[in-house]
Amino acid sequence: MSDGLHPAVVSAQPSQRDEKNPDAPLFEGEYQDRLEKILSRYPFKRAALLPVLNMAQQVRGWISPDTIKRVAEILELSPAYVRSVASFYTMFQLRPAGKYLIQVCTGIGCDLCGAEDVVEGLLKATGTRIGETSADGKYTVVEVECLAGCGFPTMVQINDRMYENVKAEDVEGLLKELD
Amino acid sequence: MITGTRTISLEIDGRPVTVPEGTTLYDAARQLDVEIPVLCHDPRMRPVGVCRMCVVDVGERVLAAACVRKAADGMSVITRSDKIERCRKTLTELLLSDYPEGSAREQKSADDLLLQLARDYGIEGRAPSLPRGNGRPQDDSSPVIAVDHSACILCDRCIRGCDEIQHNDVIGRTGKGYGSRISFDLDNPMGESTCVACGECAAVCPTGALTVKPITVPIEADRPLETVDSVCPYCGVGCAITYHVDREKNAVARAEGRDSPASESRLCVKGRFGFDYAKHPQRLTTPLIRRDDYYPKGPLSSDVKGERRKKPGGLVDYDEVMPAFREATWEEALDLAASRLKAIRDEFGPSTLAGFGSAKCSNEEAYLFQKLVRAVFGTNNIDHCTRLCHASSVAALLETIGSGAVTNVFSDVRNADVAIVTGSNTTENHPVAATFIKDAASKGTTLIVIDSRETGIARHAHHFLQIEPGSDVALYNAMMHVMIEEDLIKHDYIARYTEGFEELKGLVARYTPEVAAKICGVSADKIAEVARIFGKANAAIIYWGMGISQHTHGTDNARCLISLALLSGNIGRPGTGLHPLRGQNNVQGASDAGLIPMVYPDYQNVASEEARQKFEEAWGVPLDPNPGLTVVEIIGGALDGSIKGMYMMGENPFLSDPNVNKVRKALASLEFLCVQDIFLTETAEFADVILPATSFFEKTGTYTNSDRRVQVGQVTLEAPGEARLDWEIVCEIATRMGYPMSYDSASAIFEEFTSLAPSYSGLDYDNLKPTGKLWPCPDPETSDGVQLLFGDGFPTSSGRGKFVPVDYQPAAELPDDEYPFVLNTGRMLEHWHTGTMTRRAKALHAIEPEAVCQMNPQDLQAMGLEPGTLVTLTTRRGTITLKVRSAPSVARGNVFMPFHFREASANILTNDVLDPHGKIPEYKFCAVKVEKA
Ligand code: SF4
Ligand code: SF4
Ligand code: FES
Ligand code: FES
Repeated sequence: MSDGLHPAVVSAQPSQRDEKNPDAPLFEGEYQDRLEKILSRYPFKRAALLPVLNMAQQVRGWISPDTIKRVAEILELSPAYVRSVASFYTMFQLRPAGKYLIQVCTGIGCDLCGAEDVVEGLLKATGTRIGETSADGKYTVVEVECLAGCGFPTMVQINDRMYENVKAEDVEGLLKELD
Repeated sequence: MITGTRTISLEIDGRPVTVPEGTTLYDAARQLDVEIPVLCHDPRMRPVGVCRMCVVDVGERVLAAACVRKAADGMSVITRSDKIERCRKTLTELLLSDYPEGSAREQKSADDLLLQLARDYGIEGRAPSLPRGNGRPQDDSSPVIAVDHSACILCDRCIRGCDEIQHNDVIGRTGKGYGSRISFDLDNPMGESTCVACGECAAVCPTGALTVKPITVPIEADRPLETVDSVCPYCGVGCAITYHVDREKNAVARAEGRDSPASESRLCVKGRFGFDYAKHPQRLTTPLIRRDDYYPKGPLSSDVKGERRKKPGGLVDYDEVMPAFREATWEEALDLAASRLKAIRDEFGPSTLAGFGSAKCSNEEAYLFQKLVRAVFGTNNIDHCTRLCHASSVAALLETIGSGAVTNVFSDVRNADVAIVTGSNTTENHPVAATFIKDAASKGTTLIVIDSRETGIARHAHHFLQIEPGSDVALYNAMMHVMIEEDLIKHDYIARYTEGFEELKGLVARYTPEVAAKICGVSADKIAEVARIFGKANAAIIYWGMGISQHTHGTDNARCLISLALLSGNIGRPGTGLHPLRGQNNVQGASDAGLIPMVYPDYQNVASEEARQKFEEAWGVPLDPNPGLTVVEIIGGALDGSIKGMYMMGENPFLSDPNVNKVRKALASLEFLCVQDIFLTETAEFADVILPATSFFEKTGTYTNSDRRVQVGQVTLEAPGEARLDWEIVCEIATRMGYPMSYDSASAIFEEFTSLAPSYSGLDYDNLKPTGKLWPCPDPETSDGVQLLFGDGFPTSSGRGKFVPVDYQPAAELPDDEYPFVLNTGRMLEHWHTGTMTRRAKALHAIEPEAVCQMNPQDLQAMGLEPGTLVTLTTRRGTITLKVRSAPSVARGNVFMPFHFREASANILTNDVLDPHGKIPEYKFCAVKVEKA
């Protein structure tokens, strides 16, 4: 890791995504309790949509069509509505991603400071196109809007860990560090 | 939403105006006839204020959106100024910057709202400095709606149209920022989503993003289209429609919802896209006479013979049937029909003749046809398909409250605290009535749905009771048990307006929720819970459909529902009532007009001396004092030879009547059969003479919807070939049989009918336009007719409503080891009855092209059947083969199948046992065996 590249969130390793079972039961056992706790915090079910989606993504790794239908059923919303909300937030993955989900900010701040080069570098290094998962199932690179670290462009988030001041030349080291 | 009764005074463009509190500036301005341009707003929908086209100056730092901004006391509003116009113009320019070159809406109907605004603001072309094109895709997957995402301005109108007007909840938005677009369900192509093709989204879309596709003739703005205000030819909702007609091609190009109290501009897929059947090449255009070498008579096509069909598809193969007939002149055909009917009458007596009318005919046609049978044939053997749908409901209603019609309109559900929908697949069979129910349920009406299938409407229910098929009586008795036990009944109402309460109380005492729970398969607690909810309601309304009526205990089912309403005083007030949802567009009217063997027009009893004298005087001939035979009895009569000659106007009993194998023999053994129809139906294969009639689109007539609303259907198209008006044909036959009949027009017939039918008195073609009137209508010049019936007593001999307590009885044919499943028959959204019309409507056929039945996925799995495989269904009466679909809505142990399909006719399977009172067959229940084909 070159100088000036600081992990913004200090954690030993980015959480690995492949532990998630995309077919895991959604609202059973401890998750049933968590669901009820979430619901109890809101005056009506619709208000619980974001935290419930978040929990579902934690369980299954991404928001699959089946997840959307289940969430819609539980919150008495239409699947179209749930998907609308889920699709608005970059935080929600509507497609299965690789072990490392690499989100590069291409918001105005980062973009002015070379975000596109970072993206290009990452795509080249992982041999993928935007949103695709690499053949080995390891990497998925996506562009996102503003990771709220505009002072440290380019911002990159890998799973739940943030990296500041990433430059195109940092890409190789960054990927190596993941393994 | 307008809430308080307080009023607000403000000034708009210097003019004072007073409005109720909660009124928006847009609505307040409309009150002064001040037009404010809108884009995302439509007065039929909740305003959302997302486009800002409607901005006005209220003297604040920024402009306010008039469509959402509420009027406030003392406000001074400017709707037009340089600043405002500049804003609107810039907004239009921006929206236009990436708008596609050819807007589909502009090309089809020249009413693209965005382009209209551009013209208003003098914007020519696009601002050159702005980027071009947004790269959003087209979606051509729906057979009826074209989606051009690139023309979408994200006004949300379609989303609200789908969610809030139709409550189909299909459309959402996907993504954010510049990439956002509308999406269907989980961003599926529209044609693969749960979209039911009602077309509301295309109707409310202001741009070229969502437009209706042409069905048979092109929709092009530069082809002049004529508009005709009429109604829908399909169901009993009776939606008002404006047809846009291509005169040159003599065809409807598109249909548009028209504002009326019955439908509020909404339509379903059939009304909006199913109009082209009238132009189908298989229309009959000349009279036909059976060739000598096709006697003795028998079925002609492979489907009707019960053999494997030679060509695929769901329509009759004319090559198989036409050789049996030769073309004839009208003279010859009419002479033959009249002389044969006359000969049978004179030789064997009037009671050997019978007529089937149809609930698809207008009031005028129905009236005239029953007059022909009664006054000319000389018999009361006249019936029609209502016998097969609501005869039991009507029998129960007549017996208990003295009138067979609904006591309130369906849209009044909006005033109900509680609504029960039972035995009605409302979203498919009465789609637009369902929109009112779904809407009420989303706004505070507690919706209780009781059905053996988890129908579309059940998904909107607060309480859904999936009962065992045929267990209705037990459930309702138990509900009444709880209500009486817990004193949730209206004592004063019962004392003042009803009779027979003690008997009812005695009988339902035995039906504890526990007893009913065992029969219905629903928990005792749940039964008690819904009984309490119903009992405590201030206003409750009850809807029912064929799931109640088409049983051997159909009359009993309806009696229970009536008792529920009487017990709780839920009749005659806003938000209350009994509403059996009528199937065909003119079920109500055909019955009103007298296509019933026991009654003359307006339910005047044939057995009553007084009524008979009235009609003998009016028609100038002696009439038969004996009530006639009903549909299934007439078919039975044909089989045993007691009925020898028949005249059918627009009825297709071969597919619609139970037990096809029996019907086939019966029709073949008729000495003479005259069929008057628009296509060569299954029934017509047995005809001696076939008379080509006019379709709904080619004639003027009145139709009475489920609400009792009498509406005028207008001539829209020219009739093909030599096809003639139905009423003219009836007049010709009558005249040739020695009873001269002639009228100038349909309205003249209507006049004669209303003079004999007190409920219709005062109505005429002038006062019925444009949106019809509810009968009775004592003051047609000033009122819409009487919406609420029986607020103060009933038209029974005692003036009271009668409780008729009934015991639960199982269906006639229960499942056993050999036939382990329960077969339930019904309809599907896209098709209509025997499919004669809808299977010839291109769009409807494209959506549902083939015969299917539905089973629970677990049953399929247990039997090792993949969805989509062919299965045979066998009952004690016959066997059919068709595809099976997996449907979680169908409970385990059940099979559901629509009866629209000639190649797999449900009525080969159904049981022709009858309800003893309504004489309605048990379509909803028989035992069936399922095997892999
Ligand atoms: S056609 Fe009807 S159901 Fe389909 S998306 Fe449009 S409004 Fe919704
Ligand atoms: S709801 Fe009935 S009347 Fe209305 S458009 Fe559909 S079929 Fe026609
Ligand atoms: S623009 Fe990249 S973090 Fe805000
Ligand atoms: S019309 Fe008012 S904001 Fe769109």
